Amino acid sequence: MLDVAVAVSLTMLALAAVLAFVRLVRGPTLPDRVIALDLIGVLVVCILVVVAASTAQRAFLDVAIVGALISFVGTVAYARYIERERS
Amino acid sequence: MSEWIAGGLFVAGATLALLAGVGVLRMPDVFTRMQASTKASTLGLGCLLVGLAIRHPDLSFVVRAGSILAFMMLTTAVAAHVIARAAALSGAPLWKGTVIDERPHGDSPGLPPSRPAPGAESLPGPEN
Repeated sequence: MLDVAVAVSLTMLALAAVLAFVRLVRGPTLPDRVIALDLIGVLVVCILVVVAASTAQRAFLDVAIVGALISFVGTVAYARYIERERS
Repeated sequence: MSEWIAGGLFVAGATLALLAGVGVLRMPDVFTRMQASTKASTLGLGCLLVGLAIRHPDLSFVVRAGSILAFMMLTTAVAAHVIARAAALSGAPLWKGTVIDERPHGDSPGLPPSRPAPGAESLPGPEN
């Protein structure tokens, strides 16, 4: 039963990543693209958590921690870049 | 029994993440997209991590899940605030149905006046 739930969850997460990627390509302004990229980072962490639960490998959770850290730093850096680009 | 609870939490978390994706694609301006992304992805990741902790109740899994959850709860709000501030300072267009905009208009040199979206009619949004 858990295999079915994992398969359904991974499918939905992949679909959400596709939707966020469409916004990343189409986004009319730069903050739209940054938001889409941030959402893709969160979705990667979500996929890693589901894979860690289904394979019982702790290493995926370590990768998820590092991914969350880098995603946050990247988002803040992009926001600083947007603010500096204004002037 | 714990497998059923964990599976239900996985599906619920993935549903919330999918709603975040739909919201980012369909919402009309930067700020509404940001709130759709942030709120749903935080709660979705929380559901997935609680499901993981129920599925594997080892100390190593629970500690890692708790640290990811605490870190994401802290940083998602900060990142959303920083993006929203950058978007507001760079004069991102607001949705035409925006009710209130508390930024000062014109008389503050640091803030550009908010302007309506150039193609506001063609943006997706609620029809009425």
